[in-house]
Amino acid sequence: MVGEGVMAMDKALKEPQVVITDVHKSFGTVQVLKGVSMSVRKSEVVCIIGPSGSGKSTLLRCINALVPIDKGSIKVDGIEVNDPKLDELALRRRVGIVFQSYNLFPHRTALQNIMMAPVHVLRQDKAEVEARARKLLAKVRLSEKADSYPGELSGGQQQRVAIARSLCMMPDVMMFDEVTAALDPETVKEVLNTIRELAAEGMTCILVTHEMGFAREVADTVHFTDHGRIVESGDAKAFFTSASDPRTREFLTQVL
Amino acid sequence: MSGSRFFSSPRWGSTPRATLFCRDTGLPFVDLRWPAGILIVATFLLVAFNADAQSGAARSSVYAILWKWTPLLFQGFCLNLLMSALAMAFGTILGALLGLAQISLLPPVRTGSWALTQVLRNSPWLVTIFYIMYLVPFEVKIGGTVIPLPDWIKATFGFTLPVMANVSEIVRGAIRSIPATQWEAARSLAFTRRQTLWMIIIPQCLKRMLPPWMNLYSILTMGTVLANIVGVSESLTIVRDVLASERRTDLLMPMYAYILVWFFLYIYPISVATVRLERKWSVKG
Repeated sequence: MVGEGVMAMDKALKEPQVVITDVHKSFGTVQVLKGVSMSVRKSEVVCIIGPSGSGKSTLLRCINALVPIDKGSIKVDGIEVNDPKLDELALRRRVGIVFQSYNLFPHRTALQNIMMAPVHVLRQDKAEVEARARKLLAKVRLSEKADSYPGELSGGQQQRVAIARSLCMMPDVMMFDEVTAALDPETVKEVLNTIRELAAEGMTCILVTHEMGFAREVADTVHFTDHGRIVESGDAKAFFTSASDPRTREFLTQVL
Repeated sequence: MSGSRFFSSPRWGSTPRATLFCRDTGLPFVDLRWPAGILIVATFLLVAFNADAQSGAARSSVYAILWKWTPLLFQGFCLNLLMSALAMAFGTILGALLGLAQISLLPPVRTGSWALTQVLRNSPWLVTIFYIMYLVPFEVKIGGTVIPLPDWIKATFGFTLPVMANVSEIVRGAIRSIPATQWEAARSLAFTRRQTLWMIIIPQCLKRMLPPWMNLYSILTMGTVLANIVGVSESLTIVRDVLASERRTDLLMPMYAYILVWFFLYIYPISVATVRLERKWSVKG
């Protein structure tokens, strides 16, 4: 019995949750993604690293259809993103994204920011949502800031509110787009801690990051992108110690 | 004009601009400091006093004449205020719709509303008023009832159009000034375009729109005296009638100065409030 349970769990863990196949995307004449393929299993933490302009952020935006793709396929929980009849609501409630510049709504308090989408988009019960939002605020250690406006919070605090805001939609996958890039060094840690906890709880995470130390520590798999292609992929530990592609090695020696 | 003590440069954000034109409306920026008030009042008193000294003992004083006509002038002034209030109300409603049409996703709606806005915003108000005066009939028949359209109503409609175009531009400008990242964040949380607009974008715009909107109201109120050219009995028309009936040249300056002070006393507090709001909100964003 126990063995069966473990096997079922194991299978669920191995089942790919996000499958990206040969994705192409151009902005005007600039080819940003030139045939990217990768897959993310349930509860896997995937880091995408690479030089700026290599298409990392665009790839994340393609996954929740903020940016339409030109060619290829992206499947999230079986939902095909590259479909003119895509149910954007169904997709976006499954995939949360946190941005580099937090993008909180400045006219609403931290608590209201977190509650808005579940109440107005998912039409969930307000009291229920508020209880959940307060729990999430406690989780990101900002309970006392519930009634503060974004302008009154530090960058790190705003970013944690933004993470809580995405989590309140109860997504299956969380995407982080260079979420610490705009932060002061001392507040980077508090945001990374939040992500670390999420990963430990089994949330599927796709991170675009320049924090190599953090990637090495939390990631299961690392993909290195350059010029719109995934140049090298692999297990995180192996990736950082024995990258085989010359471009990856060059990049790693520059940033590590 | 940047160094003038009588006119301050409008403040947008933290950049003081050495210009007398409001960025959003392209209209002259009404922002007079208190020395300007002293100057105007002093001019008025000086002129009135001089005129009084020349008038001699046999005739009634300039002050007495001004006082005698004050009720009638006040009536005219109230018509100015009524026309400005109505034109502002209708112009704001129509302009808000036109402004939203300018950000429509449908190209014909966007282009059409843009063209209408530009034409009305960039033509002289007086021309628009003449156009409306001749275009609109003096009465309309709806079913069996005849609704008369007095001149002042027609003139008000004439004022509504430029107000509408300016409000349209204020709305469009304010919406465009909200960073695209707000739209992106809302989309990522599965808000629809309409929800994003009403719950996230427009609430942030209101603060940005109020100062230029108040500025527009000041300019409109001053502009309502244009109705005198098309024969509406507003304050300036009454001033001219009074001058014609009194037949005294020494009344000319005091009379115009008198009505000038009225407008000033009404508009000045509004422009002070506009500047205060702008300063207050430019800090907090």
